[in-house]
Amino acid sequence: MGFMERFVSKLGSHWGVHPDDRKRPAADAPVRRMPMPARLYVPLLQHIGTAARPTVLVGQQVLKGQPVAEPQGMVSAAIHAPTSGTVVAIGEIAAPHPSGLPLAAVTIEADGEDRWADLVGASDPFAIDPLEIGKRVARAGVVGMGGAAFPSAVKLTGSLRAKIATLIVNGGECEPYLSCDDRLMRDRAAEVVDGIRIALHATGARVALVGIEDNKPEAIAAMSRAAEAYGEIKVKPVPARYPMGSEKQLILTLTGREVPATGRPSDVGVLVHNVGTLVAVREAIRFGRPLVSRLITLNGGAMRAPGNIEVPIGALVEEVVAFANGFKEAPARLLMGGPMMGMQLPDLRVPVVKGTSGILALGAAEVAEREPAPCIRCGSCVRACPVGLLPLEMAHRIASADFSGAVGLGLKDCIACGCCAYVCPARIPLVQYFNHARGELAARERAKLRAEAARKLAAARAERIEREAREKAEAAARRKAERDAARKAAAPATTTEEATA
Amino acid sequence: MSQIRASDLIASPHAHDGGSVGLTMRRVMYALTPATLFGLWLYGWPAINLFLVTVASCLVFEFASQRLMGRRASLGDGSALLSGWLLALTLPPWAPWWIGVVGGLIAIVVGKQVFGGLGQNLFNPAMVARVALLVSFPVVMTQWVAPQPLTAPASPGFVAGMRITLTSPPLPDAIASASLLGHAKTELSRGVDLLHAFAAPGAPTPSAAGMRAGSLGEGAALLIVAGGLYLFFAGVIGWQIPVAVLAGIAVPAAIAHGIDPARHLGAAEHLLSGAALLGAFFIATDYVTSPNTAAGQLIFGLGVGLLTWIIRGWGGYPEGMAFAVLLMNALTPVIDRYVKPRILGRRRDGRELAPVQS
Repeated sequence: MGFMERFVSKLGSHWGVHPDDRKRPAADAPVRRMPMPARLYVPLLQHIGTAARPTVLVGQQVLKGQPVAEPQGMVSAAIHAPTSGTVVAIGEIAAPHPSGLPLAAVTIEADGEDRWADLVGASDPFAIDPLEIGKRVARAGVVGMGGAAFPSAVKLTGSLRAKIATLIVNGGECEPYLSCDDRLMRDRAAEVVDGIRIALHATGARVALVGIEDNKPEAIAAMSRAAEAYGEIKVKPVPARYPMGSEKQLILTLTGREVPATGRPSDVGVLVHNVGTLVAVREAIRFGRPLVSRLITLNGGAMRAPGNIEVPIGALVEEVVAFANGFKEAPARLLMGGPMMGMQLPDLRVPVVKGTSGILALGAAEVAEREPAPCIRCGSCVRACPVGLLPLEMAHRIASADFSGAVGLGLKDCIACGCCAYVCPARIPLVQYFNHARGELAARERAKLRAEAARKLAAARAERIEREAREKAEAAARRKAERDAARKAAAPATTTEEATA
Repeated sequence: MSQIRASDLIASPHAHDGGSVGLTMRRVMYALTPATLFGLWLYGWPAINLFLVTVASCLVFEFASQRLMGRRASLGDGSALLSGWLLALTLPPWAPWWIGVVGGLIAIVVGKQVFGGLGQNLFNPAMVARVALLVSFPVVMTQWVAPQPLTAPASPGFVAGMRITLTSPPLPDAIASASLLGHAKTELSRGVDLLHAFAAPGAPTPSAAGMRAGSLGEGAALLIVAGGLYLFFAGVIGWQIPVAVLAGIAVPAAIAHGIDPARHLGAAEHLLSGAALLGAFFIATDYVTSPNTAAGQLIFGLGVGLLTWIIRGWGGYPEGMAFAVLLMNALTPVIDRYVKPRILGRRRDGRELAPVQS
C-alpha cells in the first residue's frame, strides 16, 4: 500500500485485512496433471445439502464420468466416477474435515484405461433452453468450486426464476497462498469467458462483472483479452483485500449494493459464480463432462514443489503430496483450503473433494503460535470485521456462556472469515469462540426439540395411564352393576328395602 | 504423519498479522520517548528520580498483586511499565519519592488489579492515581518548577537531586513557578482580568517547544504531537479520539475567547498548556477505557475535551484533563452500549435491509 492510500484508509472505515498473499511462486509455476491413482475414494457428500444416494453396487464396472450416486432432495448433487474401473467398496472413509469422522464414500479401483462413458455435449449451448442447461449442470454434479460447494444448478435455475440482471464472476481468490483460480484465468481465459456466456444464457442476466483482485495482473490481462469481443462481459479489477472473494463483499464492491443480512444475492438482482465453477459448467454443457477432477493449489513453506495440480476427485491428499515431491520439512500444520478459512486436516489419508481449493503444508515459521493474552479492547477486530460486528464483545459474552447475548450482537451474521482473529494482538481465538457458540446453540436447539418430544410422549403416557385407569374403573363399576342387577333379580325384596332405607 | 487428536486441532484462521500486546505497548513507549527525554532534561535529576521511582513502583505492585492472586506475572506485556510511565509524565517534576510510590500503588492495585487486571479496568489507571494524589495532596501536586535544564548551571546535580526527591525541601522562590492555567485561575480569582494578568512581567507564556512550568512530560507540544502522529501511522491509535479531544477544547475556547478575552483563555493557550496534547494523544486513547467504535470514540473525545475546558474554566482546579478522562471513562460502557457499527445487510436499528429490485 502506498503512503497516501494508507493515510486515506486510516481515515475512513475500511473493512477487511491485508494479509501477505504468498501466492507466488506457486501461482507462476505451470500446471501439472496428476496421474490416475490406483484407488479413488469418492465421498457421497461433497456439497452443501443432502448426501447423494449410491446407484452402483460393489463389484460393478464403471466408466469415467458415469454417475455413481444420484442427488437426494432439493439441495444435493450427483457424484460421478472419476475414472473407469471397479467399485470395490461402498462404505466409510475418513472425512476431509478436522473431525476426521467417518464419511460414506464409493471406492473405485482404477483399471488404468481411464475410459470415458458416452457423453452428450452441445455444439451450440445458446440454442438450448435455459432450464435445460440447469438440468444438465445438475446431471454433471457441478457445485461451487470456491469452497462453499453449493449445488450450481440450484443457483442457476433459482436466478432464472428471480430474473437477476447481473452475473458476478468471482475471480477474487482473496485467500492467501491459493492460486488455482488465478491459474485458470491465465491459462484458460477463453474457456472461462465461454462459461460466463453460457451462465448468462442460463440465467437471463444481461451483464457479467468479473471481479479479480489487483494482485493478479496476468489474470486481469488474460481475461480482459478473452472478454474483449463480448460487450456484456466486463473485467473489473478490485483491490486486493481479504475477504474480497466473499460473496456479499464482492457484490458490494462491484455494484454498491448490499445483500440483506439473511438474504441471497438474488435479493439485489445478482448471482455470483466462481471462475472454476463456470469452467465446470462449460465442460458439462459443451462436452457433457461431469465434474470429476479439479485444479488445486499445493502451497506452504513445508511443500517441496508448490504449484497447481489437476487432480481427480477422490485422490488421497497423501498421494497428491507425494506426486508433488512431498515435504521439504515436517509440516507444522496441514490445511485444506486457505489459511484464513481453511480446515486443519487430521491426517493425509483423506480424499480431495469438489470444494478443495488447496492443500497447504505450513512450516513452523508460518504458524508461529502464542498463548492468548487478555483482551485489551484495542478494537482492531471491530475495524477489521467486514460485516460490522463487535467480535470482542461477542467473545466476551460467549466466554460467560451468554449465547443469546452474542446472538443479539450479530453472531448469526458472522461469516467466520477470521479477520478479527488475524489482527488480534492478544491472539484470542475469536473464530473458535464463535464456532463454539454456534455449536452450543445448535445443540440447545436440538435439546429443546428433544425435550419437547419427550414432554409430548410423557403427556401421552400420563393420558394413557389415566385413560386405562378410568376404563378399568368403569369396567369394574359396570361389572359391579351387573352383579348387583343379578343379585337384585335373585332377591328383589332386599333391594327394595335398601332402596327405601 | 501421525494422526492428530481432534481436541488438538486449531480453528481458523491459521495466519496472523504478527502483532502482539507487547508490541503495541512498546510502540506507545517509542512514541513517548522524545517528549519524556525532553521532560527529564528540562527538569533535571529530581525528575529523573521521580520517573524511575514511579515506573519501578508500578512494576513492583503489578508483580506483587499478581503473586498475591496466584496469577502468572505478566510484566512482559509492558502494560504496568506504560501505566507508570504515563503517570510519571503527569506528576509535578520535582515531587517527592513517595508521590511516585503512592501513585504506583493506586494506579496498579486500585486502578487496575482489583478490577481483574489488564483489560478489565473501567478507569484509566494513571488518571485514577493522578486524581487520587491531587485530591489527597493538593499542595505537593501543584508545586511547579521553572525549567532547570540538566545542562544549565542552576540545575541540581545528582546529589542535590537525590536530596530534593528524598526530603522535598521547600522550593526557593526563584525556582517555584506557576503554570499558565494556575496563573490564570489565581489572577481571575483575585479579580485581575486575563489581559492584565498575562501582560504582567514574568507571567507564563505558551510554548510549543515546552519551555514552561508544568507536569514532567506534558510540555513538549511538538514532540508529543510527533509521537501521536507516529502512533497514528503505525496503526496503534485512530484519529478520532485525539482530534475530538483537541476540538472539544479548542472550539469552545475559541468561541468564549472571542466573546470575552478578558475572562477566557484562547484556543492556543488551552492546547499548549496543561495536559491537553498529552491527554489527547496518549491518555484518552487508552484502549481499555475508551469506546471501541469510531463513532463512539468521537463522542468520547469530544466529551473529554469539552469537560476539560469546562473544568479549567469553572472547576476548583486549574487543570481538568484527568477529571475529564475519568468522567468519560465512566461513560464508556454506556457509549459502547448505544453506539454500535451498522451490520452489513442491516439498518442501524438492526432490522434487515429490503431487497433491491433490479
